[in-house]
Amino acid sequence: MIRVSADFAKEVKKRLGGETITNCYQCGTCTSSCPVARVTNRFNPRKLIVQSLRGKRDDVLTGEMIWLCCSCFNCQERCPQRVEIADLIYALRNIAISEGNVPNIYSEFVSALYSEGKLVKVAGFTEKQRENFGLPPLKKPDVEAIRAILAETSFGEVLKVLEGKE
Amino acid sequence: MKSYALFLGCTIPARQLNYEISARKALKALGIDLVDLDGMSCCAPPPIESVAVDASLAVSAYNICLAEEAGLDLLTICSGCFQSLARTNELLKRNSQLRKRVNQILSKIGKEFKGSIEVKHYLKVLHDEVGVEEVRRNVTKQLKNIKAAPFYGCHLLRPSELLKFDDPEKPRILDDLIEALGAKSIDYLDKLKCCGGLLRGYDDDLALELARDKVMKASKAGADCIVTVCPFCFINLDLGQIQIARKYNENYSLPIVHYPELLCLAMGVEAKELSPRSHRVKIDKLLEKMV
Ligand code: SF4
Ligand code: SF4
Repeated sequence: MIRVSADFAKEVKKRLGGETITNCYQCGTCTSSCPVARVTNRFNPRKLIVQSLRGKRDDVLTGEMIWLCCSCFNCQERCPQRVEIADLIYALRNIAISEGNVPNIYSEFVSALYSEGKLVKVAGFTEKQRENFGLPPLKKPDVEAIRAILAETSFGEVLKVLEGKE
Repeated sequence: MKSYALFLGCTIPARQLNYEISARKALKALGIDLVDLDGMSCCAPPPIESVAVDASLAVSAYNICLAEEAGLDLLTICSGCFQSLARTNELLKRNSQLRKRVNQILSKIGKEFKGSIEVKHYLKVLHDEVGVEEVRRNVTKQLKNIKAAPFYGCHLLRPSELLKFDDPEKPRILDDLIEALGAKSIDYLDKLKCCGGLLRGYDDDLALELARDKVMKASKAGADCIVTVCPFCFINLDLGQIQIARKYNENYSLPIVHYPELLCLAMGVEAKELSPRSHRVKIDKLLEKMV
């Protein structure tokens, strides 16, 4: 039996995406379906879940494991207990990020979405090429609307955390 | 002619004109009308879900609202956009509590998710609405000599319960659409395994190792090309091969093509009209085999 340490499991369960964590009975189907676990022993979704259930909060949130999932959803598709594993990993990342544990690439995503309303900037050259290939001009996102939405979500808190870090 | 609101996303117009050009041309030729709406943003995919799931849902729902206001179903080219938008759409239709929470956020900018439209990937539209027979009828240049390795990627198929695209363990849609062009859709080891693309930027070595495995296995099966439908699969397998050559000293030179590129070529469009320079691995070998 897994000795569930109620505090962290409860915290994760309350998060969007984390609701199903306590369904896990440690069968390992996720790990055997996982393309990342197949090539490296640095990552193991079953282990990540048991660590979380056992309340190893710091290990989980500051370790590298939560960042090594490539969101392929293979495990989630196959889990006999309907644990939403990929979503659960998003939930763990959300907690880690809200506490200032933000890998560089993720701060880049945050600032791109906030400043451009898009994740990848279109180079001037590429935009000009559109015409040559008969493509219509590129429509622009409404950045003000996106910012207003983000401010109403926990993304707003993340922005503050990142500002504080600079 | 059926009209759809086009969701173009971030990566395709920035990095893969080959995909945008070929998809627009092919869909138009097959009677699908695409409408470019103002204000479409980012679909808020895994990188944003990783930061804040609530923000991802709200931004994703915002895009759906724009299509709802235009009274059009939403069509995506990128599989990543498809997963984000289709998942949000289904979740919010099913879960009234979640919908309430998201609508409260959207109300700040005067929007409301109503649940009145569908989100579709163009491959499904080609398969189910245009029909494989109709695609076949439009082929003017049979790709008889081509052995193509179909790669579905992950975000078209899973989670299948929400996306309802195809059988997640035995999909056929892409295979059928490839065979409609006269090409042979080949089987290869670990056909459905992830390309690792989303690890790029966090752990490039790991992303490359997964890409290498895919290219190697498709190559061994005798593929003339891998057929993709997702811009991240494309980057990891195409640009990835340049990096694999450097890191592992292995040269596969296996062309990676998006399905609509193949479709356009089979419909007689000239390769030079399709931005062949968007490819890092040259596709000349493949083109030569087509004549
Ligand atoms: S497959 Fe499901 S039940 Fe089995 S270990 Fe993984 S999460 Fe737990
Ligand atoms: S979603 Fe993540 S944990 Fe699950 S199989 Fe894919 S890479 Fe592994």
